[in-house]
Amino acid sequence: MGAFGSPIHCSQRLLFVHSMETVLQVLIDGILSGLLYALVAAGLCLIWGVMDVINFAHGEFLMVAMYVSYWLGFLAGVDPLVSVLAAGAFVFLLGVLTYQLIVKYTVGKPPLAALLATFGLAMLIKNFCLNRFSPNFRILSDTWLGDKTYHLGELIIPIPQLVTGIIALLVIGLVYALINSTRFGWAVQATAMDKEAAELMGINTERIYLLIFGIGGACVGIAGGIMPTYLAVHPEVGSLFGLIAFICVAMGGFGSIPGALFAGLLVGVVESFAGFYIAPVFKYVAVFGLYLAVVAFRRKGLFGW
Amino acid sequence: MVNPTKNRIFGKDAVWLLFIAVVAVLPLVPGFADNSFRMHVFILILLYASMAQAWNILGGYCGQVSFGHSVFFGIGAYGAAMALVTYGTAPWPGILIGMAAAGLVAVVISYPCFKLSGHYFAIATFAIVEIFFRMFQVWDWIGGAIGLDYPVIEEGLWNLVWYSKTGYYYFALILFVIVFGVVRWLEGHRFGYYMKAVREGQETAESLGVNSAMVKLTAMAISAVLTALCGVFFVQYNLRVDPSMVISLDMAMKFVLITILGGAGTLLGPLAGAAVLIPLQEYTRAFWGGLGGGIDLIIFGLIIILMVIKQPAGIVGIFQGIRQRIAKARGKGGAEIGTP
Amino acid sequence: MALLELNEVTMKFGELVANDRVSFTVEAGSIVGLIGPNGAGKTTLFNCISGLYKPFSGRISFDGKDITGLTPYQIARKGAVRTFQVVRPLKEMTVFDNVLVGAFLKCHDNKTAFEKAAECIRLCELTPFQDKLAGGLPIAGKKRLEMARALAAGPKLLMLDEVMAGLTSTEVKAAVEVILRLKDSGITMMIVEHVMEAIMPIADKVVVLDSGLKIAEDAPERIVNDDKVIEAYLGAKYSQRMKEQRSGAGG
Repeated sequence: MGAFGSPIHCSQRLLFVHSMETVLQVLIDGILSGLLYALVAAGLCLIWGVMDVINFAHGEFLMVAMYVSYWLGFLAGVDPLVSVLAAGAFVFLLGVLTYQLIVKYTVGKPPLAALLATFGLAMLIKNFCLNRFSPNFRILSDTWLGDKTYHLGELIIPIPQLVTGIIALLVIGLVYALINSTRFGWAVQATAMDKEAAELMGINTERIYLLIFGIGGACVGIAGGIMPTYLAVHPEVGSLFGLIAFICVAMGGFGSIPGALFAGLLVGVVESFAGFYIAPVFKYVAVFGLYLAVVAFRRKGLFGW
Repeated sequence: MVNPTKNRIFGKDAVWLLFIAVVAVLPLVPGFADNSFRMHVFILILLYASMAQAWNILGGYCGQVSFGHSVFFGIGAYGAAMALVTYGTAPWPGILIGMAAAGLVAVVISYPCFKLSGHYFAIATFAIVEIFFRMFQVWDWIGGAIGLDYPVIEEGLWNLVWYSKTGYYYFALILFVIVFGVVRWLEGHRFGYYMKAVREGQETAESLGVNSAMVKLTAMAISAVLTALCGVFFVQYNLRVDPSMVISLDMAMKFVLITILGGAGTLLGPLAGAAVLIPLQEYTRAFWGGLGGGIDLIIFGLIIILMVIKQPAGIVGIFQGIRQRIAKARGKGGAEIGTP
Repeated sequence: MALLELNEVTMKFGELVANDRVSFTVEAGSIVGLIGPNGAGKTTLFNCISGLYKPFSGRISFDGKDITGLTPYQIARKGAVRTFQVVRPLKEMTVFDNVLVGAFLKCHDNKTAFEKAAECIRLCELTPFQDKLAGGLPIAGKKRLEMARALAAGPKLLMLDEVMAGLTSTEVKAAVEVILRLKDSGITMMIVEHVMEAIMPIADKVVVLDSGLKIAEDAPERIVNDDKVIEAYLGAKYSQRMKEQRSGAGG
């Protein structure tokens, strides 16, 4: 790999590799970002599973949520931990509107119609933000969690990421419970399996789709709401997260929420190790390569059927 | 028995030849070539129409919607640039190597990708763009993230570089004729019908003796090689290249969106899409300048949403709808008129 | 000489045995009917022969060569072409282009392919629709398109999967006429059919499947009197009627 300019020399690398703490630290970082990916992916996964639609504007939804949280913090001094609710609600509405105004009309068209239409929406949202808010990176300072860290022996655990991870697990658990053990969830599952049969049983599938788009939006809204605590906001921030979410969902398997959680963690850990032990630029190469390797052997993802 | 299909094809070709002749004569019209911005817009329309048409082979005719064509575009661009900048020769050997490499890469990545269907295929092609983009950014041999800048060199066919827009205009027209010519030839050829059959139903096609895997692979290779050729024009026109100019996801999406906008799987579609989109992009940018950053893309986003929802067959579909209505209004006799 | 020969062909889906050691032959130039109640494994057997499924065990030979496990297009190229029970028109292509795709299998230049396609379209009475999109045809038209397309591929063996199901009696008559004309031109046919009235008079031999097993293989007039077949499938009533019809025709 010499041609690519490895940043760590051999002697140094040996030291790093042999330190157990380093391995653990890299693992923890990976798990924490993996949980965030899983939360972003969960919303996409829900929509994909129920409607067989990819919302290409998913990353832009995340970016919008980040701006909501950022502006609430910057203008009104609200901490992201509180704005997370506002961001979730805002993107819920955005999701509902997206379904009502766009996705609804792509049903029955070629399978990629929804993808292309939502890509148009992504362009619209991204460039609207670029136009209004400029391409500048914006960072919130003086948040409650700020740069706080928790030291566990040699290990450093960043508090904002830890809190995000906990929130992610909570939200994913809630969504999973909602789908698997409520009346609404059964209606959703029935709709996902056979739309026409569900309609014959008296389920209003239009409303199910609407709500699923809303809930999918809310998931990514919550993720975006908390992120300005430790990540800069800019119009391009959503694109990469969106792509990683697609990877997680496709790798996890068609609409499987546990699959998306597992894939999110896998992506986070692979990214973290590749970034540290090979070179930072290779972390996404490793992630996308991992996806190709997985689907080459399991076409429908790890948990797909 | 007289075959009506054949007569239609001849009529169509006449219109195309007339179109090419008009485009070829345009710069000779006094005053036309003086406005270099107008020339620039025309050049870009020809370039993007060719790019979209190259994509259309695989995405439109063969039905395999790839979001990864910027990879081939980039490989073609780097082929020419490496020959000229790094090795100081004419771009020609680089062009040939670049086109061959694009075809090779296409065949290699087709192996895992064509096993996938629908969304999984789409996401796999995204992943490939990201991988290539990031590899190119750190690859010192090809100039890394900084890219390659052309030195000042002599103009002409040897270097494939011109100081005036007119030279590029004809270069773009030749590119356009090559790409559209290939697609036009495919359209009336056995392989063209096989591509459409694979798009419409792979199992049905196989039941009629069509080796669908081979058809898709060949379509991919042809599409990639022509895309690489478009990349050559791009770099020769811009006189520099870096990874984000060519191998970005945004670039990959342009291939798809222009074709969808114009009408996928039709010969005219890519030209129609480019003829609408490129002036929109260039004139809004010129009008608002730096202040209106993103306005063109906001409008483009809106158009794409409306098009997918209201008119999935694209601009060509709109025209066909109008023609059918006219034909209906005039009764059956109207069916003969109007070739696109 | 047997054109198609099945030897102990078995197909399993998990625990379910869809075809259980089925053996029979199809003689060149003949029409063989394949009948049986729903779920007997007729379409599965078709899928095995045409390469859509790879048989679990057994051997299928066509024209003297082993074709077991070949891909569908390889088998089609050897000359065994099928239609689909659930029609599969290439929707966004015209009727003519649909048939043309079939014609390109044997005709490598445009001129002969166009002629071949036009001929098959005329034979299946689709000429008035040839410039319409195949997706817009009514169901009877789509069934005829399935046939025209397969026919254009110039098969030695034509495998028809319920091309007459769901047609009116006039349409069935027209289809039967086409089939007889094809037989005269020397094409061997294997026909899965539910419409008994249509298949019995034209078949040279009938193979009966029940629950994946071959329970009878004989001339049609003997099949209708076979007790096992009557029990499994035809029902006493139809058998009676068939007998009356035949004695009536004889006297």
